[in-house]
Amino acid sequence: MTVPAEAARRRIVDLFLSSEERLLQRWTQVSGASPDELRDLYQALRTALGSEDGDFADVRGLLAELSRARARQGHTPSDTARLVFSLKEALYEVAEADGGPEALRGFVWFSRLVDDLGLFTFETYSAAREKIILDQTEQLLELSTPVVKLWEGIVAVPLVGTLDSARTQVVMEKLLQTLVDTGSEHAVIDITGVPAVDTQVAQHLLKTVVAARLMGAECVISGIRPQIAHTIVTLGIEFGDIVTKASLADALSYALRRSGVEIAGAAKTRIAVRAERA
Amino acid sequence: MERVPILKLGDILIVSIQIDLDDQSVLALQEDLADMVVSSGARGVIIDITAVEIVDSFIGRMFSTIAAITRMLDAETVVVGMRPAVAITLVELGLSLGGVRTALNLEKGVAMLEHVRGAAG
Repeated sequence: MTVPAEAARRRIVDLFLSSEERLLQRWTQVSGASPDELRDLYQALRTALGSEDGDFADVRGLLAELSRARARQGHTPSDTARLVFSLKEALYEVAEADGGPEALRGFVWFSRLVDDLGLFTFETYSAAREKIILDQTEQLLELSTPVVKLWEGIVAVPLVGTLDSARTQVVMEKLLQTLVDTGSEHAVIDITGVPAVDTQVAQHLLKTVVAARLMGAECVISGIRPQIAHTIVTLGIEFGDIVTKASLADALSYALRRSGVEIAGAAKTRIAVRAERA
Repeated sequence: MERVPILKLGDILIVSIQIDLDDQSVLALQEDLADMVVSSGARGVIIDITAVEIVDSFIGRMFSTIAAITRMLDAETVVVGMRPAVAITLVELGLSLGGVRTALNLEKGVAMLEHVRGAAG
């Protein structure tokens, strides 16, 4: 015995529309959500099913809102999807009570519709997450690349966090542009905040240094921690004739010496004079 | 074919590249420059590439070649005013311009040549 799909669909929609109170009560019971949330959803579904063209835009809008709200309250996306799926259970009882073959056939159609809507909440959830991650990545790129001026003709880039290709590109461009803008001949790249140096990171650093050298500026790499020095040697990375220093202070004093600034003695004498007065 | 003008300032020759270089102009520039170094007895050459936005490996090699030629004629070459994008491109191309001196701008280039000559006596 075959039941025409159209008739089955009509029957289940009729059942859905006619048993509002019973459905809502059961749905609330099964899902454990607040009746108000479900009532809004039910009304939207009712409008969508009742309309000629079957426009579910409103339902999707409501679901997206529900998904976001529940995510904020700390529900998992599975919880939210389950809430939608539980409508099937409520409707099945109604269809079973009706007992006709149209109602059961129609229920299959309806349950596919509910599945789609449930999965839609999941999609909304992951899309929202995706957007947050993208935004944060962008913010990180903006935040993490300050070029600071240490002295006339000396600039420094304190690198913090893991270096990947995209970040290195940003750092490189910003550093080189600053060299041009300020006319600085010395640059210090400080990697104290870089947790790990592998061959790729080293490659990026070397490229930056060579590019700066091409433009007529000298680069010093500083802030190499003992473990990192160990790693670099173990990996067999050659830094060639690039100057490396243990700390930013060493790098600064090296750059100062190279640019012809005398620092020895002066500071010490001044401290001694103050000590005598006290 | 456009020729790049070569200016003489004291015993320094200044080449300011303001045009898009094609291979012919590059070759012509190398010859003209060698001639000028000999005829003027210049001790230094400055190539200003502030206006150059696009380089390829051929132009990249030109700097090394010119530096090598002028060094044979006892003149130092300094490339000045390289833009960051150009520097990054050259690095990506694997050209590190070995043997070429570089400076940030024309002023620093002139200072560098004077410094080199002072050191050489």
